Amino acid sequence: MFGISKKKEFENPYSLLDAVTKGGISTKLSMVVMGLGNIMHGQIVKGLAFLATEIAFIWFMIQSGINCLYMLPSLGTNAQQKVYNEELGIYEYIQGDNSLLILLYGVATIFLIIGMIFMWMSAVKSAYKTETLAKRGKHVNNLHEDLKELLNERLHCSLLTLPVLGVLIFNILPLIFMICMAFTNYSKEGKHLVLFDWVGLTNFAKVLNFQDSIGQEFWSVLGWTLIWAVFATFLNYVLGMILAIVINRDGTRLKGLWRFCFVLSIAIPQFVSLLVVRTMLKDSGFINNLLSQLGLITKPLPFLTNATWARVTVIIANLWIGIPYTMMQVTGILQNIPAELYEAAKVDGANAFVTFFKITLPYMLFVTTPYLITTFTGNVNNFNVIFLLTGGAPVPVGATAGKTDLLVTWLYKLTVDQQYYNIGAVIGILTFVVLAIVSLVTYRNTGSYKNEEGFQ
Amino acid sequence: MNKKEMTSSMKTRKLITNIIVHVCLTLLSLIWLVPIAWVVMQSFSGTMAPTSDLIPKSWSLNNYIKLFTDTSIFNFPKMFKNTFIIAVFTCLISTFFALSVSYCMSRLRFKMRKKYMNIAMILGLFPGFMSMVAVYYILKAIGLSEGAMIRVALVLVYSASSGLSFYIAKGFFDTIPKSLDEAAYLDGCTKFQVFTKVTIPLSKPIIVYTVLTSFMGPWLDFIFAKVICRANAEYYTVAIGLWNMLEKEYLNSWYSCFAAGAVVISIPIAILFIFMQRYYTEGLSGAVKG
Repeated sequence: MFGISKKKEFENPYSLLDAVTKGGISTKLSMVVMGLGNIMHGQIVKGLAFLATEIAFIWFMIQSGINCLYMLPSLGTNAQQKVYNEELGIYEYIQGDNSLLILLYGVATIFLIIGMIFMWMSAVKSAYKTETLAKRGKHVNNLHEDLKELLNERLHCSLLTLPVLGVLIFNILPLIFMICMAFTNYSKEGKHLVLFDWVGLTNFAKVLNFQDSIGQEFWSVLGWTLIWAVFATFLNYVLGMILAIVINRDGTRLKGLWRFCFVLSIAIPQFVSLLVVRTMLKDSGFINNLLSQLGLITKPLPFLTNATWARVTVIIANLWIGIPYTMMQVTGILQNIPAELYEAAKVDGANAFVTFFKITLPYMLFVTTPYLITTFTGNVNNFNVIFLLTGGAPVPVGATAGKTDLLVTWLYKLTVDQQYYNIGAVIGILTFVVLAIVSLVTYRNTGSYKNEEGFQ
Repeated sequence: MNKKEMTSSMKTRKLITNIIVHVCLTLLSLIWLVPIAWVVMQSFSGTMAPTSDLIPKSWSLNNYIKLFTDTSIFNFPKMFKNTFIIAVFTCLISTFFALSVSYCMSRLRFKMRKKYMNIAMILGLFPGFMSMVAVYYILKAIGLSEGAMIRVALVLVYSASSGLSFYIAKGFFDTIPKSLDEAAYLDGCTKFQVFTKVTIPLSKPIIVYTVLTSFMGPWLDFIFAKVICRANAEYYTVAIGLWNMLEKEYLNSWYSCFAAGAVVISIPIAILFIFMQRYYTEGLSGAVKG
């Protein structure tokens, strides 16, 4: 059996198709009553477990599952009503439908159904396997052997079950739930906070439309997000590398001390250091105070209140956060650059700048493209720096997004503060689309994509 | 004679470059250290409101005393306890999750392996907060959004998705020679025994790294904690507490306490960070090189 499965990687000799077409009576019965085949051939505990799952699933579907699915297309229609109770002489509230919960339970039910289909498939396959083995007079695993297999051939099942469950419940389910919201009118606009409906692609049309006010905000925020991400990624990368080279060079003394000074700033929690920097940059803050004491300025510089100033300030403040990171990460890689290259350059009379731009940078770009993509993605989704430093300010009157808002901070404001959940979800999806395009295009053009296993 | 002149001129040039480099480095380190120095100074300041001087006019320890004893508005000791409990459990669960997933991705070969890695990459491209509101409603639906269950909810939120952050540990496991595993199989070990008795003992650096990062998570996050705790001040973590001290109504009476709290939190985090920095650099340069 293992001989066969090794030849064709991961192919199961007991496939679902075989089970359906060639399976005997016990397999056929297992399609209706899961686990019956296992019980008939002596795998009682396994069979009962399958059966129990089926019963639990059917019970759940009857209790609430069917209702959840039934409500999903309309997302509920009854609003909360106020009815006068004549006996008590008071108004009573009759609970209406809550579209949000209907949507959540509906999506969760679909998840359960998909899970059940997989369960059913494995039950049928398992029944077919025991049946075939019993027919050929071969040994059928008992419970003890099955459990032992979970620690050996099927170790990945035991190790991965809980983590995958966690990812499913806390990542994928919420994500799909939010993606669904992008196609509804769930927002405070038109008071659709309790009862809402499917609206198709209207929200996407609104966000992508140049004429609409939300659309205009979207394009300007997107533009700034990309500018920010490019500057934040490449400035940090190049300057961090130069710093690492300067500390690494032969003549520099006290290398450890310098590294420690810079690394200390990332060892401090970001929300502490950024909030401190924010207070220092205020109109009456430390930096303005210092500059006016030195007589360099007469009135405070608008670091965080003027749109252009604020944009430059966040990029520079991000250098303060990012340069030590890059320095820390590239130090090891820099030492791997073949020394012959530098010697050859020296013989040819190249100075430090030429060496950096002709040797170090191309080499590093070649080796660290995946790292750069991750950093770029991280910067597009860089919530902390913007949220803690400016909070998106300055915000033009009547707008939902500020001049330094990135797509993520705008998304946060739209959902948590302003309750435009549907627009927020659309922004999230579009952020994903932008990132996916950028990463895919770059990945496809790198060597590390073409031979992932080559390094192993 | 001529040769001697050249070497001496080269020497002076080298000396000048070295002096310039060291002066630049000193200036840069000052820029990097001033905010940190400033928050430390502020935490010992005699006034409660933010000042704009680097060195405070009067010194006192009152901020630290107030932080730990005045529990009327901000119960800092309780927040500290909450965060510590959450961090310990998060650390246990996510270390287990992250190590098992990375081991599976690195060493075991099965049908869903590549698919899982691709899905993890795609999920990483979505903004993390996008699903935050949804996570809150899911927690509410399973009854984890009220009372003491908030702690359980936070542990789940911090540790549940650690199954997606396997890249660094996988890169590390990839560097352990496969011949060791094969030798163990020949001796009759099961795969589980190879994992616990061969791979784990050889992976101390990456285990230390995983444990420390997951332990630090709850101390650093304030977004998820804020959304999940809402108004339940009893279950606030340190990060929300410090964040709230900077709200307009508390700013003038709590600013120096914020600085004191920041110092109290930053010292252990900084020590942990500097301690694990070596493992971080190793794991990362390993992963990039393959």
